[in-house]
Amino acid sequence: MHKDNQPLIFEITKEGRVGYNLPELDVPAVDLATLLPQGMQRVEEAELPEVSELDIMRHYTALSNRNHGVDSGFYPLGSCTMKYNPKINESVARFPGFANIHPLQDESSVQGAMELMYELQESLVEITGMDEVTLQPAAGAHGEWTALMMIRAFHEANGDTHRTKVIVPDSAHGTNPASATVAGFETITVKSNEEGLVDLEDLRRVVGPDTAALMLTNPNTLGLFEENILELAEIIHGVGGKLYYDGANLNAVMSKARPGDMGFDCVHLNLHKTFTGPHGGGGPGSGPVGVKADLIPFLPSPVLVKEDDQYTFDYNRPQTIGRVKPFYGNFGINVRAYTYIRSMGPDGLKAVTEYAVLNANYMMRRLEEHFDLPYNRHCKHEFVLSGRRQKKLGVRTLDMAKRLLDFGYHPPTIYFPLNVEEGMMIEPTETESKETLDAFCDAMIQIAKEVEENPEIVQNAPHTTVINRLDETKAARKPVLRYIKA
Amino acid sequence: MKHRYLPMTEQDQKEMLGVIGISAIDELFADIPEKVRFTGEYNIKPAKAESALLKELSALADKNADSRKYASFLGAGVYDHFKPIIVDHVISRSEFYTAYTPYQPEISQGELQAIFEFQTMICELTGMDLANSSMYDGGTALAEAANLSAGHTKRKKVLVSEAVHPEYIDVVKMYTKGQNISVVTVPTKDGVTDLAKLEELVDEETAAVLVQYPNFFGQIEDLTKVEQLTHAQKALFVVSANPLALGLLTPPGKFGADITVGDAQPFGISEAFGGPHCGFFAVTTKLMRKVPGRLVGETTDEEGRRGYVLTLQAREQHIRRDKATSNICSNQALNALAASVAMTALGKKGVQEMATQNIVKTHYAKQAFEKAGFEVPYQGAHFNEIVVKVNGSLADTNKVLLEKGIIGGFDLGRVNSDLQNHVLIAVTEQRTKEEIDALVQEMGALYA
Ligand SMILES: Cc1ncc(COP(=O)(O)O)c(C=O)c1O
Repeated sequence: MHKDNQPLIFEITKEGRVGYNLPELDVPAVDLATLLPQGMQRVEEAELPEVSELDIMRHYTALSNRNHGVDSGFYPLGSCTMKYNPKINESVARFPGFANIHPLQDESSVQGAMELMYELQESLVEITGMDEVTLQPAAGAHGEWTALMMIRAFHEANGDTHRTKVIVPDSAHGTNPASATVAGFETITVKSNEEGLVDLEDLRRVVGPDTAALMLTNPNTLGLFEENILELAEIIHGVGGKLYYDGANLNAVMSKARPGDMGFDCVHLNLHKTFTGPHGGGGPGSGPVGVKADLIPFLPSPVLVKEDDQYTFDYNRPQTIGRVKPFYGNFGINVRAYTYIRSMGPDGLKAVTEYAVLNANYMMRRLEEHFDLPYNRHCKHEFVLSGRRQKKLGVRTLDMAKRLLDFGYHPPTIYFPLNVEEGMMIEPTETESKETLDAFCDAMIQIAKEVEENPEIVQNAPHTTVINRLDETKAARKPVLRYIKA
Repeated sequence: MKHRYLPMTEQDQKEMLGVIGISAIDELFADIPEKVRFTGEYNIKPAKAESALLKELSALADKNADSRKYASFLGAGVYDHFKPIIVDHVISRSEFYTAYTPYQPEISQGELQAIFEFQTMICELTGMDLANSSMYDGGTALAEAANLSAGHTKRKKVLVSEAVHPEYIDVVKMYTKGQNISVVTVPTKDGVTDLAKLEELVDEETAAVLVQYPNFFGQIEDLTKVEQLTHAQKALFVVSANPLALGLLTPPGKFGADITVGDAQPFGISEAFGGPHCGFFAVTTKLMRKVPGRLVGETTDEEGRRGYVLTLQAREQHIRRDKATSNICSNQALNALAASVAMTALGKKGVQEMATQNIVKTHYAKQAFEKAGFEVPYQGAHFNEIVVKVNGSLADTNKVLLEKGIIGGFDLGRVNSDLQNHVLIAVTEQRTKEEIDALVQEMGALYA
């Protein structure tokens, strides 16, 4: 084994060590053989680690030192809204009255939790301009699929069973078409025009009586506001389709424009983006869905309602699509989002959007000379650069991303959206200071210079990380997906 | 606007506007059509400062009866278990919880390795060949297993035992709707899947048979027979398992399960009013390329150092878009980390000891209920739940128990009209003999 390998927990295990102590059994012991019939009790023990408590803390501390989070440094990962995760959120979510309550308790014993959910729903109704919100979906993609199932149920309730197609722009996030498939729709791609916006002509061409919905991200994944939004809505509504809002980019328009006022019929939000749910290394998230009045009957069951100052779950929803998740959603993330909304207030949320957009435009202008800027207009909370100039010099966007690691930064989202060659999608968020933005821009400019003067240093990056570029082909060719004792 | 999360100063703003070449931030929003521009402020509550907000929200939390203050006998898929104190210490390291999905492996080795270890532990417990990095929860994991089975077998019907968690069944019905897969439920007999009925229902159109282990009623299904009936029709055998029980029970993999799913909540994850928890998804090698969600694999760098990457991504939405095996993107990574820490702390011996305590304490409760004159209708082998029949309504029982400091069991009449006056009681290692005795005594007093 290579001397620099970080040991797996299974490699530091030693027979006889323990990392726990349970209280002594205080009821009479019983021979398990009398409680479990033959064959039911496992013969081979599960090979879990045998380590002490300090072993565990050292192990995970070492792992955390090999990981970069927002608290470690700037993380301008476009589309992901890597803003600061407030610590008060973590404390509140861990209050015993929120963390240690059971979803099936008598409603009278969880009124505080239900009140918080209700208040969050109401806040999101106001923020999105929709008529009602469900907190049940666990993440953005889950919310997309939930809303599409509601759209499907809506059309079916109208006897409209031939609406089999969902239209998705070529710049859309991958979950949009994937969710359409899971919901049983066929995906039709609509092109972007040379300004990076949905091509209205192409849209008119693809819509028809078979259109169930158009899924739109606004601002789109290029960070550009779809300024023809009213025409788009008219085209879709004109053929009887529904307009869907992918709210992953809400950080760009809070207090400036509401999906409900733009003609959208439903929306999902990523509370783990705009509303500071921590990303957790990949989750958990929370993906509430907001709808306009005509979709309310189809909301997932149960629906949280308030009756005479009491909160209750309403299961009597004859037209509901059903249940998309056991219980009521990722409550713990919803607690964090609510805490955040209450920490910001209306003026705070407005400032969030203004500063997020100001930061993005500032960076875009500082970098535009040094990289190609395919869409040169004010952006919203993020912008996309192209590395095609550098590619001509033999350096790919991937290389520049890796070089950024040497400067202590998490790189931008790269090669997305798909309609930009060698794309780099940069989202600073409002919680970063001008000094941080400047330092990052300086690093980007230096890398652009290196590409011209000393491309190898970029091509061979990173140089300072605990590990170099990994062999992904090898990982996929003969997958090793678990540890097996040598 | 001055706020501790917003570092922008007036000076910064002036300089930045200058570089952009505009005079006011509003100009950046000029592309929003006037007709849809929102000009006011949201009608939401005003901001509160940290100390005031903490006070308000802790008062809200205190309105709830929590399992720190009350002795909880409520299970039905979510359990009050021992959570090693170090779990929160590890997942509070912000290098973990403030990171995104590990797209840049060079600076995400910590998360990637932690997931690789999680995948390994799930394989060890389930006896399966490989496991993914997590799903939203046990219910959606089971539903994805149903969809995978239909896609793999090209059949359009799944059978699900009525001894599966009713909310899981609801989610299965929901997910399969989009794929036009029909869901047929298999009745139970004596609290377990009725094998005669299963034999009648399973046929060459069946994509999968879904059972729960231990099942919703706490009973331990006979997986040998279910496997035989399922595979005889070349359907996939899908087991939704409680991973803690698997510390002690013969793992589904040993019974020939094709897919084992479940929720890792019993390992270090708070009840949290039902979420976030942590679904897991484990399969045999033949289904490797059909698995939903993220997989972490081992590889090396140019210098031969071992490292970990997201792999087999050609299954996923960001590559395959509408052809992906699932739409899942964000998963439950931080809770998978929590579960890994708990599984590591308990370790090889601890999971067995904890699982044993669950069985033995539940057995004690069962005997105590029987001694007190209650009927316990299902007499098969159980894990940490039993069904108790009471003579009278359960409508107000839990309110009365609450006054005595007890969170009572789950009223099965809420989900099954045949089970009016039956309550599902969970007894974990957290419950003391004294608490169990108190529960039986209080229930005895109510139904004397
Ligand atoms: C534009 C957009 N839509 C949808 C999603 C999916 O959200 P989630 O990862 O929470 O499922 C994302 C995030 O990855 C996104 O950026």
